[in-house]
Amino acid sequence: MALEKRKKEVEIPTSSLADIAFLLLVFFLVTTTVDVDKGLSLVLPEKGQETKVRQKNIASLLINAGGQIMLNEEPVELRQIKDRVRLMLQENPLLILSVKTDRNTRYDVYVDVIDQLKQANAPRISIAEPES
Amino acid sequence: MEFKRKADVTAGIPTASLPDIVFMLLIFFMVSTVFKESSGLPVVLPDARKIEKLQGKRNIAVIWADRSGNISIDDRLVEVNSIRNLVYNKVADPLHPMKLVSLRIDKEVKMGNVTDIQEELREVGGTALNINYSTRTAAD
Repeated sequence: MALEKRKKEVEIPTSSLADIAFLLLVFFLVTTTVDVDKGLSLVLPEKGQETKVRQKNIASLLINAGGQIMLNEEPVELRQIKDRVRLMLQENPLLILSVKTDRNTRYDVYVDVIDQLKQANAPRISIAEPES
Repeated sequence: MEFKRKADVTAGIPTASLPDIVFMLLIFFMVSTVFKESSGLPVVLPDARKIEKLQGKRNIAVIWADRSGNISIDDRLVEVNSIRNLVYNKVADPLHPMKLVSLRIDKEVKMGNVTDIQEELREVGGTALNINYSTRTAAD
């Protein structure tokens, strides 16, 4: 009786590979948090760096402790800032907006003002140290 | 002439390349996943409209400040005057040099405290001058 030797093909079973990969995929899908940090970006002035600027190129924005805002010495509503600043920038594109707050001003008022300036596309925003 | 019956065609979706596709997706998610490192302080962020999205998380340092005056960096409560050293170490980190500081400040914090933090960052200088006031998107 002749024994028929059959060559067996050795193979790694790959049918469950997709299942394993899907499992890992689902794990990473679930654990991925896509909370992108978003907000208003600014660059702080360097320490000890003082540049002299002509008075006519500066517009000052003062915010007091109560959240009232003055633009160039006259009181202004928060929502008007955007349009006012836009007009001022049309007249003088080199204008620097200097924002000065009181130490007791609330942070959200300050952020609102910066937001208004950003909406008016003010290229140069300067933060003055608050009065104590 | 007798017509031959058409052989039954088994219509199957080819699954041979399925693992490849899945692995590609898998690698994408593996690379983009950043496990949450710090949970920070409970803060209510202010709203803003003209917001920018920040790119990447790895080069950003986050400073938390809540309404009771606590300041936290990397899950540790810190004093204002130690921000300087902590941030300096992050800027000088050879592996992931910090490029930006994200300020997650509660909207009821007084500007005095915010300025103190900013003054500390100005002491460090360099990339620590790039800041971002973290906000929520304002609903119109």
